[in-house]
Amino acid sequence: MARSIAFREALREALSEEMRRDDRVFLMGEEVAEYNGAYKVSQGMLAEFGPKRVIDTPISELGFTAVGVGAAQNGLRPVVEFMTWNFAVLALDQILNTASKMLAMSGGQVSCPIVFRGPNGSAGQLGAQHSTAFEALYANIPGIKVVSPSNGYDAKGLLKQAIRYEEDPVMFMESEVMYGDKCEVPESEYYIELGKADVKRIGRDVTIVSFHKMMKVALGAAAELEKEGISAEVIDLRTIRPLDWMTILESVKKTNRLVIVEEQWPFASVSSEITYRIQKEGFDYLDAPIRRITAADAPLHYAPNLVNAALPDVPRTVKLVKEVMYARK
Amino acid sequence: MATKFSRETYLYWYELMQLIRQFELMAEEKYKMEGKIRGFFHAYVGQEAIAAGAMTATRPEDLFITAYRDHGLAIAKGVSVNSCMAELYGKATGNAKGKGGSMHFFGKDCNFYGGHGIVGAQIGTGAGLAFAEQYRGTDNVVLAYFGDGAARQGILHETFNLAMLWKLPVIFICENNNYAMGTSIERTSNVIDIYKLADAYEMPADTIDGMSAESVHEGIGRAVKRAREKGGPTLLEIKTYRYKGHSISDPQKYRTKDEVDEYKSKDPIHQLLKTMRDNNLATDEEIKAIDQRVDAIVTESVKFAEESPWPDDSEVLKDVYVDQNYPFITD
Ligand SMILES: Cc1ncc(C[n+]2csc(CCOP(=O)(O)OP(=O)(O)O)c2C)c(N)n1
Ligand SMILES: [Mg+2]
Repeated sequence: MARSIAFREALREALSEEMRRDDRVFLMGEEVAEYNGAYKVSQGMLAEFGPKRVIDTPISELGFTAVGVGAAQNGLRPVVEFMTWNFAVLALDQILNTASKMLAMSGGQVSCPIVFRGPNGSAGQLGAQHSTAFEALYANIPGIKVVSPSNGYDAKGLLKQAIRYEEDPVMFMESEVMYGDKCEVPESEYYIELGKADVKRIGRDVTIVSFHKMMKVALGAAAELEKEGISAEVIDLRTIRPLDWMTILESVKKTNRLVIVEEQWPFASVSSEITYRIQKEGFDYLDAPIRRITAADAPLHYAPNLVNAALPDVPRTVKLVKEVMYARK
Repeated sequence: MATKFSRETYLYWYELMQLIRQFELMAEEKYKMEGKIRGFFHAYVGQEAIAAGAMTATRPEDLFITAYRDHGLAIAKGVSVNSCMAELYGKATGNAKGKGGSMHFFGKDCNFYGGHGIVGAQIGTGAGLAFAEQYRGTDNVVLAYFGDGAARQGILHETFNLAMLWKLPVIFICENNNYAMGTSIERTSNVIDIYKLADAYEMPADTIDGMSAESVHEGIGRAVKRAREKGGPTLLEIKTYRYKGHSISDPQKYRTKDEVDEYKSKDPIHQLLKTMRDNNLATDEEIKAIDQRVDAIVTESVKFAEESPWPDDSEVLKDVYVDQNYPFITD
């Protein structure tokens, strides 16, 4: 029987189930234990697993990330929570220069099965330093995988998969503004393979690709477009690296049109990569240039109108889709 | 006279500390009751004496830089109260044009180099501000503020080492309010006395009672003198307490009401007022006149913020490069 739970509970179930199953798994990060998580993802986990496995850290991102990476290399399976991904930048050295490269540098001897997770991207009026969406930045790095779910059901299955089966470092991107979203999850355990996009809405006229909280914009636009007789297929990438471009291509073969909605900055973004891949593999299927909506090419400002003007929204997505459809008005 | 400082100094301290406190209380109300202010909001209530003592121990040319708990120091440095309230509202007339919000107040004209959101970052940036003063051969000094939580960041150690190596004119001020979000200082390190972190670099250090503007003035004063006279940096651990939650959304389950009340009994404004009364430094009428002036300034700032315009949407792509013609990617 399905249950309705919040995104944060789905994550908590994933973490707890994997920790019950495998005592090499532990959770570490700022405020994860006694405070029950800055965003309450780990609520109750200290009580269940104790301080050996649910570990509060000082504000020392570079240090505790390094400890996680070392522990992963030496046989444990850490889950490291960043209070937000903005703060993981301090630890990028360990992620990029150590975790992502160790397997290659050691000629395949030393792997690093670790999951880094936390909220990512904008969450209202938080100002420039608390609003960066990092998928494209991390997806640029060979040796790591990047997961960016749009709902709690997917998040649970993907996180369990990452903790249990992935032997490489996984960056897992959540969102402050999605933690309260409700989702249906089955009673029984399930896993979702990384690297598989999901068609969230079937359509025939145009393909809209998105991920993370921008999926709401994509689905919202599709609902609007339907009222005007335009049938949009909406694909949720779920995993950014590896990128499931085959699913996008199959859709484009049917619709011949592609729009991408993302919260990344535009330069060398996820949409840039998709656009390259689809024009190369699917050039003959395209009836219009591939178009995209990204976050503005700027740090996110504080004022509410500047936040709204900087981020993708339904009206602009609808307008763009119509341009791609060469629709009048 | 029994007091160490002049009547004018006490009156200045009192007015500044009241201004900061009343500003914070008003802004909090506008946040909670009316939703006019959004995002993360960290109040300075309880810590005002640190701003007051620092002001009288420094000159206007000295530079201040701090973290996101920045309203008090901005106001102290002279960033206009109107522009501070407008910044919280996200209005075009804010001290950062509505682009920064609560965590990112700026006032370069007043030598206030901002509110910074990444814990610990401004420890290093502050040393850089000082490097430029030394390079230019001025005798200005920099006050670089950070929290007890920030003291656990690696950047502190690299910066301390560099600042001592190059004898930079910077004063590192740790505002130790006992908590980093929900984590009490005891849970963050084996070394609870933050001032001792200076020892490894043979940096002079001191601990100061942050509930007393007098002590803050004296402690910062000694460090400022050293830095001005090319004696290099100092670490000051200023013991203080924040009355409010870490930010507005903090339920504060990690501490008891008794603990908060105990600190409130040492309230820096009450202590100051008591000294002033005990020494006949101000009449009740004078105090009342200051309170009224402060009220008027704060009330006016709300009016100013409410009546100010939003930034124009075109501001999204402004102030990203100084270059006016930068070719932004727009689709
Ligand atoms: C690098 C980084 N990590 C985590 C955070 C989230 N965070 C913001 S404030 C804070 C606590 C800081 O406490 P402290 O340094 O004592 O300053 P206080 O808030 O008490 O003034 C944390 C963990 C952040 N902003 N930056
Ligand atoms: Mg603190």
